[in-house]
Amino acid sequence: MDTVTRKQLKITACKARMGIIEGVANAKSGHPGGSLSCVDIITYLYFNHMNVDPANPKDENRDRFVLSKGHAAPALYAVLALKGFFPQEWIRTLRKSDSKLQGHPSIQYTPGVDMSTGSLGQGISAACGMALGAKLAGKSFRVYTVLGDGELEEGQVWEAAMYASSKGLDNLVAVVDNNDLQIDGTCAEVNSPYPINEKFKAFGWNVIEIDAHSFDEIDAAFNAAKQFKGKPTLILAKSIKGKGVSYMENQVGWHGTAPNAEQYEQAMAELSASLKELEA
Amino acid sequence: MAEVIKMATREAYGKALVELGEKNDKVVVLDADLAAATKTGMFKKAFPDRFIDTGIAESNMMGIAAGLSTTGYTVFASTFAMFAAGRAFEQVRNSIGYPHLNVKIGATHAGISVGEDGASHQCCEDIGLMRTIPGMTIINPADAVEARAAVLAAADYNGPVYMRFGRLAVPCVFDDSYKFEWGKAVTLCEGKDVTIFATGLMVNEAIEARKLLAAEGIDAEIVNVHTIKPLDAEAVCRSAVKTGCAVTAEEHNIIGGLGSAVCEALCESGAPVPVVRVGVNDTFGKSGPAVELLHLFGLDAANIAEKAKKAVSLKK
Repeated sequence: MDTVTRKQLKITACKARMGIIEGVANAKSGHPGGSLSCVDIITYLYFNHMNVDPANPKDENRDRFVLSKGHAAPALYAVLALKGFFPQEWIRTLRKSDSKLQGHPSIQYTPGVDMSTGSLGQGISAACGMALGAKLAGKSFRVYTVLGDGELEEGQVWEAAMYASSKGLDNLVAVVDNNDLQIDGTCAEVNSPYPINEKFKAFGWNVIEIDAHSFDEIDAAFNAAKQFKGKPTLILAKSIKGKGVSYMENQVGWHGTAPNAEQYEQAMAELSASLKELEA
Repeated sequence: MAEVIKMATREAYGKALVELGEKNDKVVVLDADLAAATKTGMFKKAFPDRFIDTGIAESNMMGIAAGLSTTGYTVFASTFAMFAAGRAFEQVRNSIGYPHLNVKIGATHAGISVGEDGASHQCCEDIGLMRTIPGMTIINPADAVEARAAVLAAADYNGPVYMRFGRLAVPCVFDDSYKFEWGKAVTLCEGKDVTIFATGLMVNEAIEARKLLAAEGIDAEIVNVHTIKPLDAEAVCRSAVKTGCAVTAEEHNIIGGLGSAVCEALCESGAPVPVVRVGVNDTFGKSGPAVELLHLFGLDAANIAEKAKKAVSLKK
């Protein structure tokens, strides 16, 4: 990845982080931790990888994105707004009763959302269906889905994983946002999904492991996945929950809590400083 | 007297899918390792490229159906009612119902007429479960003719539909001249003393019950409610108000299904009409030959006639 692209992606991702904090703080509820951990990947997909057109969000040949860990909706919304799918002002309406931005993604409400999600384990199945649709129609669009690591405890994920490799859905890429924290504690404490890489390999997937916050590694992984034929690809992305906001990083308490006014100011100050540094 | 033709509605479902497949190349059929039983195997044979077996994983199948439908296909997803509405309830609710996707759920082996397999496979709760999902259409055809018509109509409708089919071969009530009207309750016989609202295989039993009642001087009106949701409340109320009392007849728990739907509509209309429900009486099924079980659980003409007399006696 060239320096300019990398710098631009970092700037966009930082702005998206500000969007996450803005949305969640205004809503006084939502899931900032897991949004901040996967926002670099979602930014990369929409700004440097997927074939999407904000002016034509239902284009039948577009690449699809399914946020299987639907509680990270603030990250998706922040990126969709920056990409131009809807006005930036919508971010401040997140979770309000007259908002187009529901607590979890809904295709009924929000342009650019390809699948309604929120109940864990279901998004990956829908993504399989979309990948299958591309194969049936002989179309070249690709399908991307992001799962949480805790989400792997849902049995449906493994039904889908078995199916995707059984049918050779190599137009499907699933990302596991491995921040290692779920509501009740660390993944290992609650119900260990590890070893995630070995499990997906055993299920017949092409597995790539990366740092979820390195755009070079993200870029290399998604490009490799595109070249890989015959199997779906699983990108195991080691991430930091709450990444980018110092007091939220690696803190399980920030899974589903909104920052108060003071915490909001601090988060925005930190992200503004990061943005200034990146833009310098 | 012409010989009565018997066919299971699942059989008609399989045939109708093939018919659809011939005229619409956007029709795709999914099954969860039950193609031989659900009769989607007929479609598989005719259109192997558009048949997808997801294996024994109904939750994943519903999700796949949802995703596939977003790419422009009309998807029929099939398994037994127990697994379609029961096991995969939340996938149907969240991945199909909430986004209002164009997925048709072909649920076979509904009710206790599954027979020998017993209670684990005899789903008498599916209508109740599906009825609570906003935007879900529920069709429970009376016979093979209506089943075929419903499948063809479902393909022309854009949105989620739950279609309920049976395992048991049942008499054909209708002939080929039958016109299926989406969402309409159909008056099969006019009467003045009691209305019998029936659905599925109970429609034929209701027609038989009418004969039993006639012998006792009771004139029953028979209304076939093939579309349980949205309920044709106007037709239901009109008929019940006219006759002054009603019986509902369904191969489903008396809680949550047609009986509940009819009671809700009548209560809200303000009409003081007594309703007696015939159905599986809030109990689990059990093993046995299907026809024997239907009699054992009171899902027959004799019990409908009995309950019709009770309804008449409740009239003010």
